[in-house]
This record gives sequence, C-alpha cells and structure tokens, in this order.
Amino acid sequence: MIERREAIKRLLANRPRDLFVVPGLGSTTWDVTSLGEDARDFHLWGAMGGAAMIGLGLALAQPDKRVAAITGDGEMLMGLGSLATIAVKRPPNLAIIVFDNGVYGETGMQPSHTSSGVDLVATARSCGFANCLDVGSEPELDTLAGKLGAGGGLLFARVKIVREEPPRVLPERDGAVIKQRFRRAIGAAP
Amino acid sequence: MPHWPDRLYAALKRAGVRQVGYVPDAGHARLIQLCCDDPGIHDVALTTEEEGVALAAGAWLGGQRAVLLMQSSGVGNCINMLSLIRTCRFPMLMFVTMRGEWEEFNPWQVPMGSTVEPVLKLCQVEVERASKPDDVEPLADAAAQRVFGADKAVAVLLSQQLIGKKVWTK
Repeated sequence: MIERREAIKRLLANRPRDLFVVPGLGSTTWDVTSLGEDARDFHLWGAMGGAAMIGLGLALAQPDKRVAAITGDGEMLMGLGSLATIAVKRPPNLAIIVFDNGVYGETGMQPSHTSSGVDLVATARSCGFANCLDVGSEPELDTLAGKLGAGGGLLFARVKIVREEPPRVLPERDGAVIKQRFRRAIGAAP
Repeated sequence: MPHWPDRLYAALKRAGVRQVGYVPDAGHARLIQLCCDDPGIHDVALTTEEEGVALAAGAWLGGQRAVLLMQSSGVGNCINMLSLIRTCRFPMLMFVTMRGEWEEFNPWQVPMGSTVEPVLKLCQVEVERASKPDDVEPLADAAAQRVFGADKAVAVLLSQQLIGKKVWTK
C-alpha cells in the first residue's frame, strides 16, 4: 500500500512529454494537481464514470500520443461497462489506472464494492485487457511508470493506496478553459 | 435517391466525423453497418449510451469529431454525462431513433420516448426532428455545422414514422 500523493509523484516523476492524462472526478484530480497544473491534464470535477471513456475517445483521436486515465475505484465502478468497451476496441496507446482505496473519499469514506471483494484487476482481465498490473509497492509503481511511455500498449493497472485524506489541491474549475488549454497542448486547436 | 441512412452517412462524412459511438439499434442498423465498414471511422460499440457522451468529449479533446447514435430509451442514460458537454462547451451531435410514438406496440417504450424532447431541452441540447426521409440529410448537415462550428449540442430525432413500425423478424 502506498500513500496516494507519493504514488502519483512516482508515477509521473519522469512524465513523457507526449503523455496526456485524464484524472477522474475527485481525489485523483487533486492528486494529479498536487504535481502542479499542467495543460496536458483534462481534470474532471464531475462526469463521474466518464474518465476511462474520455480516455478512449482521446486515444483513438491521437494514436501517436500516450493517454492515461487515472481515476479512483468509485469512479471506475460507475463506468464499469467502459472496461468492456475499451478492451473490445483495444487502443494500443491507452492506460487505465485505478487508485484503489476501497472507499468513496469525497463523500465521507464510505466503502466501495472493492472493499467487499470486487476485484478490478480480475474484472479488467475478464473483459480482455491482456496487460494487467496489480501495483502495491514502489518498485511495481516504477514498472507501471515505465509503461506510460510510447509502446506501452493497452493496459489496466490497480494501484493499492492507503485510505487517507490529504489536503485537496484544486485545479482550474472552468471546464471550457481546461478543454481549450488541453486542445492547444495536444495540437488540436489553434 | 438513396435510402435516408445512406444519405445520413454521407452527411457525417461531409462533416468530417471520425468516431461513431453506438448501442446496437434496429433503426440505426444500416447506418451503423456503413460506419463499421468504413476504415476512416472508429466505430465504438458501447455498453450504455452515456459512454458515448464521454467518448465524444475525448474525441474532441484529441481533435476528432464524433457522433452518438442511440434509441430514445438511451437518452435517459446520458443525462448526468451531458453535464460534461454543457460545462465544458463540448460539441455534441446525437441521432436518436424514436420509440414510444406513432405505431408503437410496446408500452415500456412510451415513458422514455415521450420525455426525450423535454429532457434534452432541459439539458440544453437543441432538438430537431426528422419525420420524412427527405428531412434527414439537410437536418444532419445543419446540425453538424452548428455543433462543430459553434460548440453546440444538438440531437436530431428520427421519428418512428420515418423508421417504420418495429417488426420482429423471428
């Protein structure tokens, strides 16, 4: 088990220039923002259950760029069907990374289904993700980080994180601003 | 004159659409097949329609245009995800085959079918309706222009009268 802020720092310490990130609603958005706001991140303040599918649309549109959706277990559970959709479509440049602490951090730490035995790695594998990582230590985190560059392939990773509530680090909240700066960063808008 | 789904497909190609999300649907069957056969289009079969809203947002972030094809019952599945479209002013183009009207035989289709228009309007999605085959292509052209040119969300409803009464093949 890893502290979430340590996990995100290690994961993105040597972030490839062409890695674009979709952090899911809630804690993972604050985690990614704790590293500093970056135009290559499309932060979600809502749209629960949508992070992985936004990642899919983006990965299909930009096959030469690497895309990572980094979200929490509760957000992933709300869009569980998207794991099936993504595995069937098999984009080679997409990583789905779930920070799993078994609780809904934003609403008061109520248990999610992963606390009761729902196994997201097994779920992803049964959907057809050939490359699944179960990350619980710093060396494993470094292995995952190494796959976030070009040629890493379609992958699913669960990162087991400590149940804690570090201070929120809030990014820009205007969705249109986040969208436009992201599109400029990826070269999709003037 | 080609059948309306072929003309709708032509309109999507003219608009530069590169991603098509859909939940399999009898009314959209011909259009879906045309998209699946087109190597220039990413066809994405969805487990639920809200995935297609998020897909379209992601496509736009990466510089591609997407559309979402669904049946009227799917509109209800999209409501919260449409907040992503409205908050971020993403372009969003939907084609909705209608059930629950005209010669409907299944009462379970009526509640969602009859609320599609007000629900979409409450979500600030503009609604157009095609009732005759000749309506479809010009409505699609105009909607695509306004969606991708002016960052609007537009749903084109394809009336059950246009699609025809559902007939079970077996």
